Amino acid sequence: MKTNADCVIIGGGVIGAAVAYYLAKGGMTNCVLLESEYLSSGATGRCGGGIRQQWSTEPNAQLAMDSVRIFKTLEEELDADIEFLQGGYLVLAYTDEDVEQFHDNFRLQRALGLDVEILQPEEIATRVVRQLNTDGVRMATYCPSDASANPFLTTKAYAEAASRLGVEIELFTPVTRILRDGNRIVGVETERGIINTPRVVNAAGSHSVLLARTIDVEIPITPYRREILVTEPLERFLDPMIISFSFGIYFRQVKHGSVIGGFAYPDEEPGFNEESSVDFLTMMSRKLSFLMPALKHVKVVRQWAGLYDVTPDAQPIIGETDGVDGFFQASGFSGHGFMIAPRVSSLLAHLILGQKPDLDIDRLNVRRFSEGAIDLDHSVV
Amino acid sequence: MQGWTGLKDDVIICRCEDVTYGEIVEAIDSGLTTLDQLKRVLRTGMGPCQGRTCSRLISRIITERIGGEIADMKFLLDRPPTMPVEIGILAGENDEE
Repeated sequence: MKTNADCVIIGGGVIGAAVAYYLAKGGMTNCVLLESEYLSSGATGRCGGGIRQQWSTEPNAQLAMDSVRIFKTLEEELDADIEFLQGGYLVLAYTDEDVEQFHDNFRLQRALGLDVEILQPEEIATRVVRQLNTDGVRMATYCPSDASANPFLTTKAYAEAASRLGVEIELFTPVTRILRDGNRIVGVETERGIINTPRVVNAAGSHSVLLARTIDVEIPITPYRREILVTEPLERFLDPMIISFSFGIYFRQVKHGSVIGGFAYPDEEPGFNEESSVDFLTMMSRKLSFLMPALKHVKVVRQWAGLYDVTPDAQPIIGETDGVDGFFQASGFSGHGFMIAPRVSSLLAHLILGQKPDLDIDRLNVRRFSEGAIDLDHSVV
Repeated sequence: MQGWTGLKDDVIICRCEDVTYGEIVEAIDSGLTTLDQLKRVLRTGMGPCQGRTCSRLISRIITERIGGEIADMKFLLDRPPTMPVEIGILAGENDEE
């Protein structure tokens, strides 16, 4: 393992791997990516793999749209199959609040140039998906260019491309603490030795909080368990991801043929619990049976859980930390890190390289939480 | 150590996901050296048996390629439900008819 680096990235999820790649691509190749287990062993590898551009605030929609643009040519750029598919997202409205919010979202997203449209319930069967039970559905929005990809393969592709450019990737190397001298970063201590570095990217998801505490920095991220299940593989029948905020569900058919989906259990207690629950399995099965009765005879093969790293405004914490030069945050993605990873990671790399990012991400700096008003995005599932 | 070097590349090791000996060896040689890493890329252990059939075979192949002891290896977590169950049954709708 190297003992000196220009930058150490902590966390081998999609964010860490992508930041490592964009840093190396921008010329900073003397970097080390540290991962306590293996690539995508944390939240990335447990996520649903959806890539949605339909957001309720302009900055989030912009980041997601930019990311889709990058995803579209990413397989070519990284020379790897990541199972990228633009199968669309169908978002279902059930309540008055939904309907009002969806019309606002639609106007905002159209103004940004997104190919989103409003569908009446009776149009869903002919336009998007025949097998969906639309009882109670008031309306829907459908964006055909929304997408999905395989999180494991995407992370692996970024990491291997970074490695080809010279980044050292150290798996099974837990970080014990970050090293700070006054107002600047000086290194990282791991179970396998110390790496001297003036820059650290904290991309460890929910564990970012614990890492930051080793140098007395507090970041407002709370871990919440989120559960998910996968069925046996079926012949291809469903292209879009189907989601609803008020009904509480997201599901899609992955390339392999399985249906994969979950929902946020409303009374989930914060914490690092990653155990699977019977309550989730039965409630999710009821939701799927209702929305798509044809799935009743399809078997669930497996369920698992992962952690959302949730911030007070459900938006990520990106950028350098005031008072600690060289300490860059890249976590708190609140359940939608995978879908905006390409754009956010590239912007952060520009910031680290001392270049002016071509989209202002200062609003995502952790200092926003000490400045008062926060802008909550309503489109979190 | 008794080797399997005579095994042909097209022998199926993971029969849920049709993964062959050759694919597994190639993946191990590319740096995926644990059952968990192989599962996430090759899908070995993601099928209905969750690796109950292939995990021991793959463990053996890993020790052949890179050494180590099977006894020291971290095995895949068993995920619920232990065997595949229909969504309708899990939803409690099995006695509606």
